[in-house]
Amino acid sequence: MATKVKIAPVTRIEGHLSIEAEVENGKVASARVAGEMFRGWEIILKGRNPLDAQQITQRICGVCPCCHAQASSLALDAAFDVHPPDNGRILRNLMLGSNFIQSHILHFYHLCALDYVDVTAILKYKGKDRKLNKVKKWAGGEVASGRWNALAPFLPRFKGDYIEDTELNIACVAHYLEALEMRRKAQEALAIWGGKMPHEIAIFPGGASERPTVDKIASYLSYMKELQSFVDNVYVPDVLAVAKAYKQYFKIGKGCGNLVAYGVFETNNEGTQKFIGSGTYIDGKVAALDASKIAEYVGHSRYSSASGRHPSNGETVPDANKKEAYSWLKSPRYEGAVCEVGPLARMGVAYLSGSNEKAKKLVADALKELGADVSDLFSVLGRHAARALECKLVADACAEWILQLKPGQPVHTKFEIPKEGAGMGLTEGPRGALGHWIRIKDSKIDLYQCVVPTTWNCSPQDDQGKSGPVEQALIGTPVADPENPIEVLRVVRSFDPCLACAIHLVDGEGKTLQKFRVS
Amino acid sequence: MDIIMTRRELLKAMTAAGLGLALTGYAGPALKKLMAEELARESNTPVIWLQGQGCTGDSVSLLNTVHPDIAEVLTETINLQFHPTVMASAGESSLQMCERAIKDQKGKFVLVVEGSLPLGADGHFCDIGETAGKPVSCIQWMKRLGPAASAVLAVGTCAAFGGIPAGKPNPTQANSVSQILPNATVINIPGCPAHPDWIVGTIAHVLLFGIPELDEHKRPKAFFSKLVHENCERRSYFEEQKFAKDYGDEGCLFELGCKGPIALCDAPIRSWNNKRNWCCRSGGPCIGCTQPTFPEHEGSGLYGCLPLSKTEGIPWARREEFAKTRS
Repeated sequence: MATKVKIAPVTRIEGHLSIEAEVENGKVASARVAGEMFRGWEIILKGRNPLDAQQITQRICGVCPCCHAQASSLALDAAFDVHPPDNGRILRNLMLGSNFIQSHILHFYHLCALDYVDVTAILKYKGKDRKLNKVKKWAGGEVASGRWNALAPFLPRFKGDYIEDTELNIACVAHYLEALEMRRKAQEALAIWGGKMPHEIAIFPGGASERPTVDKIASYLSYMKELQSFVDNVYVPDVLAVAKAYKQYFKIGKGCGNLVAYGVFETNNEGTQKFIGSGTYIDGKVAALDASKIAEYVGHSRYSSASGRHPSNGETVPDANKKEAYSWLKSPRYEGAVCEVGPLARMGVAYLSGSNEKAKKLVADALKELGADVSDLFSVLGRHAARALECKLVADACAEWILQLKPGQPVHTKFEIPKEGAGMGLTEGPRGALGHWIRIKDSKIDLYQCVVPTTWNCSPQDDQGKSGPVEQALIGTPVADPENPIEVLRVVRSFDPCLACAIHLVDGEGKTLQKFRVS
Repeated sequence: MDIIMTRRELLKAMTAAGLGLALTGYAGPALKKLMAEELARESNTPVIWLQGQGCTGDSVSLLNTVHPDIAEVLTETINLQFHPTVMASAGESSLQMCERAIKDQKGKFVLVVEGSLPLGADGHFCDIGETAGKPVSCIQWMKRLGPAASAVLAVGTCAAFGGIPAGKPNPTQANSVSQILPNATVINIPGCPAHPDWIVGTIAHVLLFGIPELDEHKRPKAFFSKLVHENCERRSYFEEQKFAKDYGDEGCLFELGCKGPIALCDAPIRSWNNKRNWCCRSGGPCIGCTQPTFPEHEGSGLYGCLPLSKTEGIPWARREEFAKTRS
């Protein structure tokens, strides 16, 4: 007898998502993942000054705005036929890298930890740390009050198999608090170059606008060293500790087993080389990325427009009442294959292709420590581990790139907005592969299209009825108590969904783009 | 001499001394009930934080607050009863926190809204949960929570004025909080995102003194009464007609489309992210994100130049100092 489990809203993600799962014999037999919000970014962009694009697309998401500024600026670079100078390229990488660090720390501690850690263990704390004792006192007062909203937002919570080790729980609570400070500092470091966060103001087509000076470089490096220390000594060890406490989650949340990475952090001004490279891993084979193989399907998506189009040629007309549709997300596929994007895809492709030695070593060492093998990467824990290791990789890289800035050298290459033009910007957000496509006509935006990470991961069934990555990852998940489906949420959250990103768009035309430079 | 205390004062003192939890174990049923009642009244002000068509940017911005930091805000200032991005529960049990606010906390909680509210598709361009198998729109939640709240804070330009989702041609009929709740006491804290100081400062004012003094757009005058152009550190360049021609140049950013002359915002004084930087200092022209006209700005968009007439008659806070150095 199947039990229906519906979770609406899913919390501790970005945006509006709901899950519907059929549980049979204690395991998820099928699942539907639905995006529950729509805004229409591309309609809003049409007809605007192309320069507006990198600021407006940033507002697709307040947790990962930088990656949109980057993708947009890369697309505009291509359309304007301009490249940033060294300083401009490095500044963009530093800003994007700082936001990867902020986002990954936020994700593990503030979005996911509550699924594993029993925060009420703080009531048993016996030490002298002032911060912890303050929180303990607050928690004690809340519990004693007996109020129904006591200890919000940490209670109420689902019943579940939380960590039982008091010392580990208390350490995790302390780290949750420290992580609040660390992610704030990552944003401060970013703001040194970006002006402000969220929604930096200093990335432009052609480069950036803030000028490197020695004091700013020293300050950023200082922040980065503190963040490196936190990542190396707290974040990565915590992920490994949780992995050891929940070993069964190496076999839960496998998903589709296919990976797509566009690559990120340009190492040359033309944008043809990247620090974390592009690539795919589909049906067990590594291959180079071919962006022409991307298409978006709307078989079960609330759009009445054509299905299976390449984004440069895409079309979207919203239809809130379409039968068979259950989500505002489209279904991106790579040559028809369902593919996962995100830290696992990037680190996985890097490991399997050997394209980044540092990444490969980090993954190999972690697998060894955990007694896991490559297939275990495709799991809830694999995703958390990949994210933490990538955080270390990026923090270490930022600490090097900062010293490559040259005070006094230009940060920006002047451009002219062309009457006609087209461009594509491929990069990565913390959550995965991100692409922006622009077409300019009469110096205005004629077409703008984004295919974002969470659209790949949280996509609904496509025209062939093939379920999206999260839907597939949920299949087989054991559910001990359908009234407390904590296991389902652990799987979903391992993907770090960002729904505002996933459903932002609508666009217009059917014409094929003439040309666009691959960034 | 006897120390005379009400039972409430005694309980408060005992809780402060960390005895609350210990007491629960020893208290008889009558005392337990008293504790529950008395201490319930001592809760920090409950906050229900609803998200419409937002990007979560204002929540992330709030997390960046320095003094008080977010841990302090959550434990000493407010009781964050509902916030989808950080709360432990999900689905039905999380929505119960909203239901109970409507039922049991009328007039006693603050409703914070982030993101715009779409009237298109009967509100179903933004749904939160479902009732009897049917999706419930964010607007439906707002229409029940709004009248029950003591005050409504529209945080971020989307909630305050519609923002980017309401940008031409407003495909989802995105609306502001004030448009959806015309009878509520609304305070607008715009910004894209709102600065954490503006959010925390406004909440502090509401809790301590009530509704702050607001301008014609319901923005607290404390933060939104001076134009960026009045306090910008590049103002002397404007006065000398030295304009930046390209990004990264010294000079006034007016010719690169700066909206400083029309944007009411104290960022030039306050700075962002623990005073690390702010928009114009970084070379990024102001895009006027605190204004009701964002992002259109009457045809200029974000980077089109304002007519020069918009810069006339704007006082300069440091003019007297500048005049002294030149004479």
